Amino acid sequence: MAQIIGGIGTSHVPAVGAAIDHNKQNEPYWVPYFEKIAPVRAWVREAKPDVCIIAYNDHASAFSLALIPTFAIGVAATFPPADEGYGPRQVPDVAGHPPLAWHLAESLILDEFDMTIVNEMSVDHGLTVPLSVMFDQPEEWPCKVVPLCVNVIQYPAPTGNRCYQLGKAIRRAVDEFPGDERVLILGTGGMSHQLQGERAGLVNADFDLSFLDRIVTDPGGQAAVPHTDYLREAGSEGIELVMWMIMRGALDEQVREVHRAHHVPTSNTSNGVIVLENA
Amino acid sequence: MTTKYPRATPDRAPRDYDDIPGTYVMDGDHSRRGYALNMFCMSLNQEANRDAFRADESGYLDAYALTDDQREAVLQRDWLGLLRLGGNIYYTFKLAIFDGLSMQQVGASMSGIEAEEFQQMMIDGGRPIEGNRTIADRGAAPAQEQH
Ligand SMILES: [Fe+2]
Repeated sequence: MAQIIGGIGTSHVPAVGAAIDHNKQNEPYWVPYFEKIAPVRAWVREAKPDVCIIAYNDHASAFSLALIPTFAIGVAATFPPADEGYGPRQVPDVAGHPPLAWHLAESLILDEFDMTIVNEMSVDHGLTVPLSVMFDQPEEWPCKVVPLCVNVIQYPAPTGNRCYQLGKAIRRAVDEFPGDERVLILGTGGMSHQLQGERAGLVNADFDLSFLDRIVTDPGGQAAVPHTDYLREAGSEGIELVMWMIMRGALDEQVREVHRAHHVPTSNTSNGVIVLENA
Repeated sequence: MTTKYPRATPDRAPRDYDDIPGTYVMDGDHSRRGYALNMFCMSLNQEANRDAFRADESGYLDAYALTDDQREAVLQRDWLGLLRLGGNIYYTFKLAIFDGLSMQQVGASMSGIEAEEFQQMMIDGGRPIEGNRTIADRGAAPAQEQH
């Protein structure tokens, strides 16, 4: 049977992708961040995932206000990088895993999570930056990907608890998948940041560090945190952190924190990365 | 602040997030107001549309059912005004990308400071949460910009 080998929570800041794409990793602004994530990259190299299930959000790239699925799962064989307004990121196409993706879609819907099934979709920085965070600049991404796209732009995003429960349902589905795939699950976005308005640039490092603590030791408690607390305390775009709850839900009740990085700033954003293994 | 457009009064009952300062939550009320504006911004994802908009901004906007204020805010690149008129930052940022601006430059404009000052604020740890939790909070904090 397929196996969840761990979970990673990570920010998916576009500027990080740009720094990697334009070889700025050695510039003084970027050195501290990339030093902090080096152990994450080492862990992933060692862990050798066959597939990553990546919970991320689309930022007005593949989906617009014309159609707003709360949870969408990509079942295609390939997902091209999206043109977000600059031309597509020059990174490899993302290979899907249709058998696992369809298994997840069917299992989740029968488990009462009403997924939107997507056969054609481009993927934006929300999905490709975490791949770059893990794998740097390979010729081809070294694993397949099941994109799990979550609406966090149009209010209301799914609740933290709904995300947490979805993660648990994903775990049940993966455990039943007849294959020997090593599956890594990612929750992406955040940490505290506000892109919009007069409060742009907001960072709340205390909130972020508490979130990192609680996602390890008290995920049920963190899952109960209401939207307004995120909006107020972590900034309007900090609501992306609910997607980390999907990752956490797919892991055991008890987890071991393997690595943690926190860095302010990357562009307008407080950047966090955490690696968890089942204890 | 740097826009002549006032913050819209929501066409719904008050909510607990209404007192978060400088924050335009993309709820149904906001989304309804900004649909055409945001869909115009979204169209700039396509290169052919960027070329068409570059060639004739005003003519291009005719295809979208914008209010006069929205049209003017687009043409003026009134980044804060665009939010107040129903825009969402992920959408309005498409217009900023079109102009070659970074998120930090737009963030500086929306918060009424210079881009260098904004960049330094981020390097120094970002805009602090203290004094920025509620509108009342913000008014009471003399060190913070008043909006
Ligand atoms: Fe995001």
